[in-house]
Amino acid sequence: MVEVSEQLIAGLKKKAVTLRKHIIRMTHNAQSGHPGGSMSACDIVTALYFHVLRVDPSNPTWPDRDRFVLSKGHACPVWYAALAERGFFPVEELMTFRKLNSRLQGHPELGTTPGVENAAGAEGQGLSFSVGLALASRMDHKAWRTYCVLGDGEQDVGQTWEAAMAASKYGLDSLTAFIDRNGIQQEGRTEDIMPLEPLAEKWEAFNWHVLTIDGHDFRQILAAIEEAHRTRGRPTAVIARTVKGKGVSFMENKIKYHGAATSDDELKLALAELEAMEAAF
Amino acid sequence: MVVVGADTTESIKTIEFAKAFPDRLFQLGIAEPNMISVAAGLAAAGKIPFAATYSVFGSAHTYNVIRQNVAYTNLNVKIFCSHAGLTVGPDGATHQINEDIALMRGIPRMTVLVPADGPETAKCVDAAGAMKGPVYCRFSRTNVPTVTAAGDGFTIGMARVLRDGFDVTLIGCGIMVARCLEAAATLEKERISARVINLSTVKPLDLATIDRAARETGGIVTAEEHTVVHGIGAAVASAIAANHPVPIAMVGVQDVFGESGEAEELLHKYGLTAEKIVEGAHDVLKRRDR
Repeated sequence: MVEVSEQLIAGLKKKAVTLRKHIIRMTHNAQSGHPGGSMSACDIVTALYFHVLRVDPSNPTWPDRDRFVLSKGHACPVWYAALAERGFFPVEELMTFRKLNSRLQGHPELGTTPGVENAAGAEGQGLSFSVGLALASRMDHKAWRTYCVLGDGEQDVGQTWEAAMAASKYGLDSLTAFIDRNGIQQEGRTEDIMPLEPLAEKWEAFNWHVLTIDGHDFRQILAAIEEAHRTRGRPTAVIARTVKGKGVSFMENKIKYHGAATSDDELKLALAELEAMEAAF
Repeated sequence: MVVVGADTTESIKTIEFAKAFPDRLFQLGIAEPNMISVAAGLAAAGKIPFAATYSVFGSAHTYNVIRQNVAYTNLNVKIFCSHAGLTVGPDGATHQINEDIALMRGIPRMTVLVPADGPETAKCVDAAGAMKGPVYCRFSRTNVPTVTAAGDGFTIGMARVLRDGFDVTLIGCGIMVARCLEAAATLEKERISARVINLSTVKPLDLATIDRAARETGGIVTAEEHTVVHGIGAAVASAIAANHPVPIAMVGVQDVFGESGEAEELLHKYGLTAEKIVEGAHDVLKRRDR
């Protein structure tokens, strides 16, 4: 295994706090959007954009770039925050999120936002889209890889499993799917709305290489990606156990913050918590 | 160019493509939403994917996938669907989609093609492949008489006048173009001169040709193997209403589901015949001259 330095981990942790602050500010400013699922996916997105993905912010459509596909489109605040921090567009633009004439739509739009690779919002289409990308990469004998982040609510969608079958049929080992297993969807706990467990066994039954990790532990995230890279002949599904609203105490594991922004008072509290975290680095 | 399929590659003949290019056809099983999104992913990486299956699955079953993953993204996906309309025949109403033109023409950025015969279908494949952006093309399973010539020009967005006339215009698409020509021949015997237009591009609509027909002939009959709700009749009616209103009659499926039967039997029972087009022309002329 490649040595992962303390310095790298510290840098990623710090960046993730910066992204979380953006998520809170963006959704507060819009007074809408989906902070909970953005915060749960934040560490996965941070690891990918700030250590793994071969992308070029000055040339967002570079043909040989790695592809990041956000299937759970409602979590786009974390994507926009990562893209802005990575230099795809100015950080100031984040405050236009969900506003009229903005490049940062309420759900991702292809072709409008530099760095955005897919349109999502209606759930369950992103993994199929990723299968198409991975097939194209293989046809052209390219090295670029495809990473898809799915929500656990999306495991309800039939098309997710259509895609799972197709990816294993074609043995797409350049495809890695992260399942943001925060356990909460719009109307409640996933296990109450539509029980998913045993989830890892489901993906294994679809002939994927399956890993289960703590989705907030950077060492585990990076190790999982490395294992996915080493895995031949099968796509890898990383079931990342996460906490909805992760990083702000009063938002954690709260169904409400799936699709609700913070109030003015909550904003102050949330930012104070995140800034205290930042100061500790 | 690549092809994605959904367990219908033999019946719609995309298997022939796989024989020539075995690595370029992806058989994705009975999973059309996945098929459309996979096509979108392939297009996003620079391929020109043709997604081909039966119309009912390639349009209605996949509508929101097409909307979000193909049209909203403005990707270069070509959806080519056979088995459209009543003439699927004995399979019955579940397979006879008469609503796909309505669905597809409502989606922004979508080009909608309905070729009249075999040679025109081939031209649609070439033209769709050559243009950038999403295309939906629908055609029928049944045998149709050839009404266009291999040498005829074909441009997406241009309707072709197949027969000139000055008393009334018959605008058809798909299998109904041949019936419009048949109706025009009948009308000629009655000394009614009918213009026949092949509306093989439903969207974008050739407004100039339709407007000219309204102004020069003063009455229009549309004919489609599709519901008259939001089909080509509705498209032509809104175009002429906005420019030069003239009486219009719509031959098509009258907001009902089909049933099992042979193609010709169904066309007769549901009023998709040359006789009905002639009746439509009489009705239009009566209203115009009132």
